[in-house]
Amino acid sequence: MSAAQWRRAMNTGAGRQAWPRTAAAPATIGVALTPSAVAIPAPPRSAARLGAALGRIRARHVLVMIGVLVYPWVVNSFFAFQIGGQALALGLIALSLTFLGGYGGMVSLAQMSVAGVASYMVAIFGVAGAAQGGASSLHWPWWLAVPVAIAVATLFAALVGWLSVRTEGIYTIMITLAIGVSFYYLAQQNYTIFGGHEGFNQVYPPTVLGVDFRQPIAFYYLALFWALAGYFFIKYLLRTPFGVALQGLRENPRRMNALGFDVTAHRVAAYALAGVLAAIGGVLMVWYNNRVSPGSASTEMMLNILIISVMGGMRHPIGAFLGAIVFVLVQNFAIDIIARERFNLVIGIAFLSIVLFSPDGLLGLWDYFRARVLNAGLRAKIAISGDR
Amino acid sequence: MKRTRVKLWFWSIAIGVPLAIFAAWAIADNPKQFVSTFLNGLTLAALYFLVASGFTLVFGLMRNVNLAHGSLYLFGAYMGWVVGDATDNWFLAVAVGFASAAVVGFLLQVSIFRFMQGQELRQTLVTIGISIVLADLMLWWFGGEIYSFDPPRAIYKSMPMLVVQKYPTYRIVVLGIAIAIGLALWFFLNRSRIGMMIRAGVDDRGMLAASGVNVQRVFAITFAIGAGMAGFAGVIGGSALSISPGEDTRYLLASLVVVIVGGMGSITGAAIGALLIGLAEQFGLAYAPTYGVVFTFLIMVLVLAFRPTGILGRRVA
Repeated sequence: MSAAQWRRAMNTGAGRQAWPRTAAAPATIGVALTPSAVAIPAPPRSAARLGAALGRIRARHVLVMIGVLVYPWVVNSFFAFQIGGQALALGLIALSLTFLGGYGGMVSLAQMSVAGVASYMVAIFGVAGAAQGGASSLHWPWWLAVPVAIAVATLFAALVGWLSVRTEGIYTIMITLAIGVSFYYLAQQNYTIFGGHEGFNQVYPPTVLGVDFRQPIAFYYLALFWALAGYFFIKYLLRTPFGVALQGLRENPRRMNALGFDVTAHRVAAYALAGVLAAIGGVLMVWYNNRVSPGSASTEMMLNILIISVMGGMRHPIGAFLGAIVFVLVQNFAIDIIARERFNLVIGIAFLSIVLFSPDGLLGLWDYFRARVLNAGLRAKIAISGDR
Repeated sequence: MKRTRVKLWFWSIAIGVPLAIFAAWAIADNPKQFVSTFLNGLTLAALYFLVASGFTLVFGLMRNVNLAHGSLYLFGAYMGWVVGDATDNWFLAVAVGFASAAVVGFLLQVSIFRFMQGQELRQTLVTIGISIVLADLMLWWFGGEIYSFDPPRAIYKSMPMLVVQKYPTYRIVVLGIAIAIGLALWFFLNRSRIGMMIRAGVDDRGMLAASGVNVQRVFAITFAIGAGMAGFAGVIGGSALSISPGEDTRYLLASLVVVIVGGMGSITGAAIGALLIGLAEQFGLAYAPTYGVVFTFLIMVLVLAFRPTGILGRRVA
């Protein structure tokens, strides 16, 4: 976010669309203090904006896009489903954390619990096999069960947000962890609704318009569609007045409050929006696993999402997917790296070294090496021109 | 002033009356169950206090949310078990539980955390990484089996008790230990020189350093004591229940909730929080088995809704 963009966002009453109740104050203050606000050019038309967006597309973006589209056809079904599908679904959940943590400054460990709620709701409202202890699903059709599941999970996310934004900074991580673990124990102990220790089995993705989403390639494209949708939604959201205000809150909540922004409302809304993404990820996860149990939202899974986010890098939405790919690969091939099943040790040490040595994750490493290569190239050029 | 008092009365009645009605009903219905649940709640609270006091001590001074606290609990318990098994001496096991966790805590502070002063989130992420690695190493070494201690016979029998007739002596001992430790901590923090330094550090780190105190040493000592408390509680709790993988998460959650409810950085707050959570958990387990966790959660929600920094918490700069 450049300084100019900031200023514009402030002066034009950022958040007017999103938060009419609070927008009046910043708008008037902004105009009163800086008359130059009037001189700011009108936002470009949508066509021009589209052109500008297209102009920013680089060769690497096209390459990645083509890569993810043809990927399932060039690899076997294991790589398409277990690696590709799972990485995209996990990446979507991690993206919700990257959005909250990287841009909102609120590191929530409960994102996996939100996804877990969505998974459970799909099983409870939709079609699932009989569960232990009398919990049974309502056998609603998928087009009803899935939106309801996402809505319930979003409500849950908003509740988590409402609770955790009452305190700040480092407290968030504690409170969200406590909420998440509580949900895990609740799901484990409760047999009447959540089916206890076993949870629900035989939760299958639907067949829509003749496409059976149980097929690896179909599931991959389903996951890819939602991952891309989530990615571009976040990219878009960060440029809206709401997204800009959120980043302002990350930098200095007191100042934003003084400007008339409702800090709590913005943050709870961010939790709810991130909750939608996590919920979609949760629906994908339950269809991927065909089952949901307390283990789906265990502490280990909650931490895995954090690991994915931090390992990839929280500075850019793509980090979540990068981290997810690395994580899933390590998860599947850790057995080959180290004799016994010491996956947690491998991933724990990887996480620890990333946190200790490269706080920006893999993205930070990428930037570091790119800078070095560019510098080397520059130096070589200077050396050549010096020779002449 | 007057309005807050009215509000206080209102909430005391709104929460107190249903609780009193429930207690009256439970006593009339089955006094034995009520009293034993109450005692169980007290002893669980004692155990939670032992774990959470270390957590809150470290947090209060260093603002370090040590999410590896549960792993230190389990580590101390395993180390204590190894020594107790080899020497057949339970008291030695308790001492080793404290010392081993304290050493790990000391090393962590000296080798990692002192280089990340003020980077709260990064410190917390590091503790998460450490907890993952420690948990897996312990699983590797000790396997998934359940271990249990055998404390001296004198404290492992049952003793006569009102209403319930018989009650395990050990649980009463745990309660006594917790009270003793609580008092000892209070004296240490309020009467000893290092305790005063720690309290001064909680209030103003910069000023403490400026008055010539080696703050890093105070930090290292505090972290060692906090971690040692976790290991100590590991052996005590491991003797009351058992030790197995997964206990680390359970006690981490317990300390988190206790500290969130009681107020972060306050030892008295930890005691109040432990009492509330321990009682709520046991009563939930006895009277509404499948929704037990909901009560813990509700307490947390209520406290956060009205006092975001916990019952005895202060807003920290």
